[in-house]
Amino acid sequence: MHPDHATPAGGAWPRPSENYVPHAHGPDEPPHTHPDPGVDPHQALAAGPRALRVGIGGPVGSGKTALVAALCRALGEELRLAVVTNDIYTTEDADFLLRNGVLPAERIRAVETGCCPHTAIRDDISANLDAVEDLEATLGPLDLVLVESGGDNLTATFSKGLIDRQIFVVDVAGGDKVPRKGGPGVTAADLLVINKTDLAPLVGADLAVMDRDAKERRGELPTVFLSLVEDRAATPVAEWIRILVGVRGPAG
Amino acid sequence: MSLATLLVLADGRLPAGGHAHSGGLEAQVSAGRVRDLDDVAAFLRGKLATSGLVAAAFAAAACRRPGRWAELDGGLDARTPSPALRKASRAQGRALLRAGRAMWALPPIGREPHQPTALGVLAHAAGLGPEEAAVAAAHGTTTGAASAAVRLLALDPYAVHALLARLAPACDRIAGEAARHADDAVNDLPAAGAPLLDIGAEHHATWEVRLFAS
Repeated sequence: MHPDHATPAGGAWPRPSENYVPHAHGPDEPPHTHPDPGVDPHQALAAGPRALRVGIGGPVGSGKTALVAALCRALGEELRLAVVTNDIYTTEDADFLLRNGVLPAERIRAVETGCCPHTAIRDDISANLDAVEDLEATLGPLDLVLVESGGDNLTATFSKGLIDRQIFVVDVAGGDKVPRKGGPGVTAADLLVINKTDLAPLVGADLAVMDRDAKERRGELPTVFLSLVEDRAATPVAEWIRILVGVRGPAG
Repeated sequence: MSLATLLVLADGRLPAGGHAHSGGLEAQVSAGRVRDLDDVAAFLRGKLATSGLVAAAFAAAACRRPGRWAELDGGLDARTPSPALRKASRAQGRALLRAGRAMWALPPIGREPHQPTALGVLAHAAGLGPEEAAVAAAHGTTTGAASAAVRLLALDPYAVHALLARLAPACDRIAGEAARHADDAVNDLPAAGAPLLDIGAEHHATWEVRLFAS
C-alpha cells in the first residue's frame, strides 16, 4: 500500500497531510494528474437519518444469535437499536432474544426465507429491506440495525444493498481448519469473529493456527477471538461497532 | 414491445421477494394434499384457473390504465377473502415495486399495492402491453409455487420444469382470456376463487414454524 493511503488506527480517513509533496513532473512526461491522497476513493457510508446496518452471518451453530444477544446487552442502553432475524424457523431466533430479555419484542422482526437463507441476504434482499424500513417507521430513528442471517455455509455473504458492514462468525468447534478453507465470509467480511474459544482445549483446536490462517486469508481485515461464556458483552465486537456508529454520527 | 424486457420482468431471479412465498403450497404439503409431482401438477392447474386468472386479469387491467390502480386494488381485496393472502399479495407487491423503481420510472401507486396491480403498472412503465402483463402474471403464478415444490418435496427439478413446459400453453390461454378483460369495469373482472388456498393460508399464518412467508 502507498504510504499516502495508509489508514490510521480507528478507521478515519486522513485529511491531506501538510507534509504531502506531489512528485515532480519532468518535461518529457505526458500531462497527467494524481488522485488526491486525502480523499477516500471508496463510497462513503450513506449519511443522514438511516441507521448503521451490520450483517451477522456464519455457519449453523457458530453463535450468531448468542452474539446478537450479547451485543444487545452491551449496546442496548447507549444506542437505539433493532434486530432483524432470518432463521429458517421464523420465530426461533426472535424467541431466543425475547426469552433472554435483551430486547423488547417491538425491536425484533423475523423474516421468512423460503429455505434459502443466502438468497434473502444476497440475491433478493427485499424482505429484509422491508423489515428494516418497518422497524424505522415504527420506532423512529435508529442508530444501529443488526441483520442476523440464517445459518448457512462458508460462501454466504450479505449484499451491500442491505448492509453497511458485515461480521462473519465461525467457531473453534467447527475445526481449526475453517479459516484456512476461506470462502467469501472468511476472506471478505469486515470483521471475522472466531467464537467459543473456551472450547478450544476440549475439541483440540489450535487458536494460533486459526489466527495465522485468518491473517493469511484476510490481509489487513480485523479478526477477533471471542468466548461469550467468559465475555457476555462481546467486548471487542461491541467496541468495533461503537467506532463505526461514532464515525457515522447520530441518526437524525 | 420488447420481448427481452418481458423476460426481465418475468424472470424468477427478479429480486421481488418471490423466493420466500410458496403460493399456498407449503400449507397443502403440510396438510398431506400435495405429495408428489402429479399432485403438484393438479395444484398448479387449479391455481392457474383461479387465482392465476384473477391475477392475470388485474395485471392486464393495471397495465392498460395504471391510473386505476387504487380501484383495482380494492377489487383484489374483494376477491381475496383470506387476510393472510391479502397480506402476502401486498408484501410481494411492495417488493416488486422496489425492484420496479430501480428499473423503470413508475407513477405513484401507493406503498404496498397488491402484486398483480404492481405487476401491471410495472409492465406499463416498461413499455409492455396488457397481454404481456397477463402472461407474466400467469407464468409467475406457476413458477413460484413450482420452485417451492422443488424445495419442499425434494422433487426432481427436471421433472418440475417439464411440468412447467407442459403448463406453458395453459398459461398463454389464461393470459389471453385475462387480457380480453383489460378494459372491463373492476366489478366485471374475473373473480374465480380457490377456497382451499384461502383456508390453507389462514392456517399457515398461525404456524409457529414455517419455511415460507405464505
